[in-house]
Amino acid sequence: MYAQMVKSTGKGVKTREEMSEDERAFQDKIDADTKIEPRDWMPEEYRKTLVRQIGQHAHSEIVGQLPEGNWITRAPTLERKMILLAKVQDEAGHGLYLYAAAETLGVSRDEMTEDLLSGKMKYSSIFNYPTLTWADMGAVGWLVDGAAIMNQVPLQRTSYGPYSRAMIRICKEESFHQRQGYDIMMKMAQGSPEQKRMAQDALNRFWYPSLMMFGPSDADSVHSAQSMAWKIKINTNDELRQKFVDQTVPQAEYLGLSIPDPDLKWNAERGHYDFTEPDWQEFFDVIKGNGPCNTERLGDRTRAWEEGRWVREGLMAHANKRAARIAAE
Amino acid sequence: MADTIDRTALQQFLLRMGDNTLILGHRVSEWCGHAPVLEEDIALANTALDLIGQTQLWLDYAAEVEGAGRSADDLAFLRDVWDFRNVLLVELPNGDFGQTLMRQFLYDAWASIMLGRLQKSADERVREIAEKAAKENAYHVERSADTVVGLGDGTEESHRRMQAALDYLYPYVGELFESDATDAAMVEAGVAPDPAGLREDYDALVGRVMADATLRLPEKAYVHRGGRSGTMHTEHLGHLLCTMQWLQRAYPGCRW
Ligand SMILES: [Fe+2]
Ligand SMILES: [Fe+2]
Repeated sequence: MYAQMVKSTGKGVKTREEMSEDERAFQDKIDADTKIEPRDWMPEEYRKTLVRQIGQHAHSEIVGQLPEGNWITRAPTLERKMILLAKVQDEAGHGLYLYAAAETLGVSRDEMTEDLLSGKMKYSSIFNYPTLTWADMGAVGWLVDGAAIMNQVPLQRTSYGPYSRAMIRICKEESFHQRQGYDIMMKMAQGSPEQKRMAQDALNRFWYPSLMMFGPSDADSVHSAQSMAWKIKINTNDELRQKFVDQTVPQAEYLGLSIPDPDLKWNAERGHYDFTEPDWQEFFDVIKGNGPCNTERLGDRTRAWEEGRWVREGLMAHANKRAARIAAE
Repeated sequence: MADTIDRTALQQFLLRMGDNTLILGHRVSEWCGHAPVLEEDIALANTALDLIGQTQLWLDYAAEVEGAGRSADDLAFLRDVWDFRNVLLVELPNGDFGQTLMRQFLYDAWASIMLGRLQKSADERVREIAEKAAKENAYHVERSADTVVGLGDGTEESHRRMQAALDYLYPYVGELFESDATDAAMVEAGVAPDPAGLREDYDALVGRVMADATLRLPEKAYVHRGGRSGTMHTEHLGHLLCTMQWLQRAYPGCRW
C-alpha cells in the first residue's frame, strides 16, 4: 500500500500476562475501539511504528505528485488540465494532513523529509514507475487511487485518533480521483485505435505494480500481527489484494480491456478471482532503489528541497524581523 | 452584447485576457511537485487551477464571438505562436521560485486593477467573468505580494535574488499599459478601460509592495512589447506550445 512493509516490534504480540499494567490498559482501550490521542500513554513501539507508517504514507502522497505532475503541462484539454491540477493539489494536501498527524507523535516534518531524502524512510513502490502516455493518467487514478482506497477505507477506523481523522478526510477525495481516472480510461478505450492502444498499454504496465502496492503476503508476519492487534492495520495484504482484483476485473471488462494475466479466472468455489502473483523480486528491486524511476523521483524531491532552501530561510528571516519589530513597538 | 460593436476587436480583447491566464497558468503548473515547501506546492497548483479556469471562460467567449465553430480548447491547443495575444511577461520562463513569484505579483497587481474596472463593463458576460476572476485574484495578489515582501526583506541571498528577478522582469511590465486601436474600440463600446489609465493605480500598488520588500524599482526601464499585438513573441512561447499542444497535435480530432 502507500505504507508497504512497515516494521513494528519484530517480536510477537504479547499475551496479557506479559503486558505491563499500562500496556494492558492501552490494549483494553484499543479493543473497546476508544481512540488513542496524542497525550495518552502509548507503548514506545506503537509510537515508532505509527511514525514509520504515517510518514511512509505522507511521503507517498508527496512523491506521488510527480508521475502525474509529469502530464499536467501536456494535458489534452483545459478541463483535463484543471482536473489533474486539482487532483495533484489534493495529494499534496493529503501529505500535509498526514505529516501533521505524524507530528503529533513527536517528529517534525523537516526531520521526516530529511529521512525521505537520505533513503532512511520509504514511499510506495508504485511511484517509481513512469507515466508514458496520457492513458497512464487514467490508469493511475483508476488502479493506483483504487488500490489506495482499498487500504485507506478500513484505516478510517484505525486506533490512533489523528491518523483516523486524516484518513476520513483523505478517503472522500480519493474516491473522486478514482472516478476521474476511470473516466479517462473510458474515453481512451472508446476512442481512436491509438487511444485504445494507449489504454491497454497503460493497464499492461500498471496492473502488477498496482498489485504490489499491497505488499508481499503478510499472513505469517510478526509485524503485521502486532499492527493488527494495535488496529493500525486492519486487513492482511492478501485480503486487500484479493478485494482489489475482484473489484477491478469487471471494471476492466466493462472498458473492453484485458487484464495482462492469462491465468486470471473466476473461482466459483472461493467466490473470488484466481490471479497470478506479481513478481516479488521486481518489488524488492524497486524498494531497494532500482525501479525505473527511483533516481528521478528522489532526485526531483532532493532538488526541490535544496533549491528551496534560500526561500525557506528568507521567509523565516522575514518572519523573525517582523516579530522583532512588533515586539519593539 | 450590442451588435454594433466591432466583433473582431472584441474577440482580440478576449484573446488577450484569456491568453494571459492560459500561458501564465501553464507556466505556474510547471512547478507541480517541485516547490520549496509543501504549502507552496498547494498554493501554486491552486493559482494555476484558477488561471486555467478563467481561461476557459475568456476563451469560450472569444470562440463564441469569433463564430467560426471553434471551441476554447481549439483556441488553446490549435493556434500557433503568431495568433497568441498574451503579454510577453507571462510567457517568460519560471526561473527560480523568486522569479516565478515576482512575475506572479507583477501580473496579479495588474489583474487586480483590470478586473476591478471590468466589473463595470457594458458587456454582461465580461462583467460576470471579471467578477468571478476578481475574487480569485484578490487571494492571488495578497499571497504573491506577501511572498515578494517576505523574500525581498528576508536574507541577503533572498533579497539579491528578488532584486535580480525584478530587474529582469520589469522591462516586460510596460506592455500591460500599451493602448492600440483594439483598446480604443473597447473603450468606445464601454467594454474595457484604456490600459494606459491603469498605470497610476498600478504604480502606487507596486511601489508600496516594493518599498515593503526593500526592493528598488528600475528607473526608466525599457519596454519590451509585441505579445498582445502578436507582432513579436519571445522564443520561449513556441517551446511552451510544443509541450502544451503536443497531444492535440499528434492525435488530431480525438476526444479526451
Ligand atoms: Fe492521496
Ligand atoms: Fe489520490
